[in-house]
Amino acid sequence: MLGRVANGMFWMYRYLERAENTARLLAAGHRMALTRGADIADEEWRSVLTTLGQLQQYKAQHDDFSGNHVCDFVLRAKTNQQSVLSMFERARINARICRSAITAEVWEAVNEGWMSLRDLLARPVRETSLNVALSAIRRESTLARGATHGSMMRNEVYSFVRAGTFMERADNTARILDVKYYLLLPSLSYVGTPLDTGQWDNVLRSLSGERAYRWLNAGRMDARSIAELLILDDRFPRSLAFCYASMRENLTALARLHGHEGPAHALMREADLRLTGRTVEDIFDQGLHQFLTEFISRNQAVAEAIAEQYRFNI
Amino acid sequence: MSADLFDEMHAPDGSIRGAYRHYDQWLAEQDSAWMRRKHFEAESFFRRTGITFNVYGEENAEERLIPFDMVPRIITGAEWRKLTRGIEQRVRALNAFMHDLYHRQEIIRSGRLPERLFRHNRAWLPQMVGFTPPGGVYTHIVGIDLVRTGPDEFLVLEDNARTPSGVSYMLENRETMMAMFPELFTRVKVRPVSNYPRLLAKSLSNCAPACASANPTVAVLTPGIYNSAYFEHAFLADQMGAELVEGSDLRVIDGRVQMRTTHGFQPIDVLYRRVDDDFLDPLSFNPDSVLGVPGIMDVYRAGRITIANAPGTGVADDKAIYSFMSEIVEFYTGEKPLLQNVQTWRCADPDSLKYVLDRLPELVVKEVHGSGGYGMLIGPTSTRKEIAEFREKLRARPDNYIAQPTLALSTCPIFTRSGLAPRHVDLRPFVLVSPEGIDITPGGLTRVALKKGSLVVNSSQGGGTKDSWVLDD
Repeated sequence: MLGRVANGMFWMYRYLERAENTARLLAAGHRMALTRGADIADEEWRSVLTTLGQLQQYKAQHDDFSGNHVCDFVLRAKTNQQSVLSMFERARINARICRSAITAEVWEAVNEGWMSLRDLLARPVRETSLNVALSAIRRESTLARGATHGSMMRNEVYSFVRAGTFMERADNTARILDVKYYLLLPSLSYVGTPLDTGQWDNVLRSLSGERAYRWLNAGRMDARSIAELLILDDRFPRSLAFCYASMRENLTALARLHGHEGPAHALMREADLRLTGRTVEDIFDQGLHQFLTEFISRNQAVAEAIAEQYRFNI
Repeated sequence: MSADLFDEMHAPDGSIRGAYRHYDQWLAEQDSAWMRRKHFEAESFFRRTGITFNVYGEENAEERLIPFDMVPRIITGAEWRKLTRGIEQRVRALNAFMHDLYHRQEIIRSGRLPERLFRHNRAWLPQMVGFTPPGGVYTHIVGIDLVRTGPDEFLVLEDNARTPSGVSYMLENRETMMAMFPELFTRVKVRPVSNYPRLLAKSLSNCAPACASANPTVAVLTPGIYNSAYFEHAFLADQMGAELVEGSDLRVIDGRVQMRTTHGFQPIDVLYRRVDDDFLDPLSFNPDSVLGVPGIMDVYRAGRITIANAPGTGVADDKAIYSFMSEIVEFYTGEKPLLQNVQTWRCADPDSLKYVLDRLPELVVKEVHGSGGYGMLIGPTSTRKEIAEFREKLRARPDNYIAQPTLALSTCPIFTRSGLAPRHVDLRPFVLVSPEGIDITPGGLTRVALKKGSLVVNSSQGGGTKDSWVLDD
């Protein structure tokens, strides 16, 4: 396949994944704002912007952190090139560029998704309809992924699709954790105030992990098991370990097709080694924040190596 | 509507013509409210599947739909058989003409065609002189625009030997019709068109250069997603199982045109290019082009890639050349042309110019190099001022124009809020040429002027399309 098309597919699925994760993050922020006082709500919206890397840009245009302003900015602001709407738009442009690499089902899912979100986000989203908008975003992204799963050949194209998806997801999970890392520090877990469990619950919700967590830890809530689930549990589809298991699988498939491995494989393995066979205690000993920043940059290095090795641009 | 217009469905006495008999029976059984719903369904179907086109020079109109009308345009098997003989003859002649024009120019030596006609033709490429493309094929894909003026009168309006477009609409219109009215196709036997992409792939492969393997690599070259026909480029690549490439993917390496794949550069054998000659090779043509491949013409002339259609075939699209088509057909086939042209006055000829200037309000005047319905005058529907302005243009550069009578184009009904209403139509059948033979897909693209009384069918000017049926009878 063409390097340009591999690039287009890789990014198309990164954009879709990012749009979906952003919606998740907003939903968690919204819930927090509803159940807490104004100060905590502001702080929560601020941390949403930090996680998304949009804080500076937002502050240049707004003086407050009201839910309406933040949501509008993140979802649809024309001045925000990273908005959810613009993510979907880019995913669709990439789908058009790579039209002959995807099935009609996938094209229709992305095209219809974009059309419906464009209409939905044509006007400011009021707080009362925020949840409707957020679930629509998740649904459209899910439909595109489902169409991909159900209709695409398991060939080289698919490997880039999956690599893009999990690269982005790992990045997003790590960023969400990193913004909240202080909540998970062992020293805090001894405090055990109601506020803390609420914050923990919020971290889980940002990653749609609350259900998985309940099933695994009936009745208990502590920072250690939350970190374990989100970082190391390879059964949970948004954990770093799960994402890297998929990265492994898809990069191995590419190596098989190409007959050899390359720098991307070596870097991926290095990043993977820091996840497999580790315990939460190891990670806390190293320092959670340090672990996460290191992971994010290693993950980024893998993405760059993939682009170079598979001739995305030159 | 005046009585001398030919409607393809309704005879003047109100009876239904043969081709439409079964369709009409089916239609009479349908609930009219249901049909109206279907009418809207069609549009959302097209939006969803992304069958859009872009119009140059319109802001915020990056993607527009070509309106689709759900009443089929129907041609009988007998009519079609007769047409295909004429089309085949014409395409064969076109190809021989191209070869002659770039070699011995017998047709000019014999005095049948004035030399000035192609000397001043912008599409004429000196780089092609003395070179024979792989398989001897110049026009791999041809679209012949036909108009109908009566039961047995099909006339050629123009030849598209450069890069005929619209075939994706032919295919998608049929898909849409079959999705919307499945039972209709069990009632009426229609010859299928869905083979086209497979035949195109085969036909292109048959034209591969000698250095290609038994399974040649075919790629479609597109200018990119902002081109008006991008949908079609992607659609055809997808349907053929070929790579869809852009200029930035290609590079000349080791004397071959190669594409950048995830495995590194790999040679292409046949390039179905949807990029104009001017932009094909910045080293040979427009030096500013970023759409093409530097050095591709050298590779081509070394016989190491097939370019479809061959560069320089645009000469045949010239409307001054068109006016000589019956001479061209006779010269190369030794037969009388089976398909006639529309009567054409060459304004370069002083007597014709005088005639045309005297009758501008009745005539259609076209630029010889024009296409897409741009830069033309339709006398009967133009204002006095427009005619006066055009008269000046005509006087200033008479050799840039040809004129034709305003034809009574046939009409075919379209679906409107108040039921069926006749609108003017044309037909573009698609023809594939390879050393193995000529293949014509039954039907083609019917374009329809949606405005009442309008004769302009171009999609860029408010035209729509219809599914075109050839009956299997």
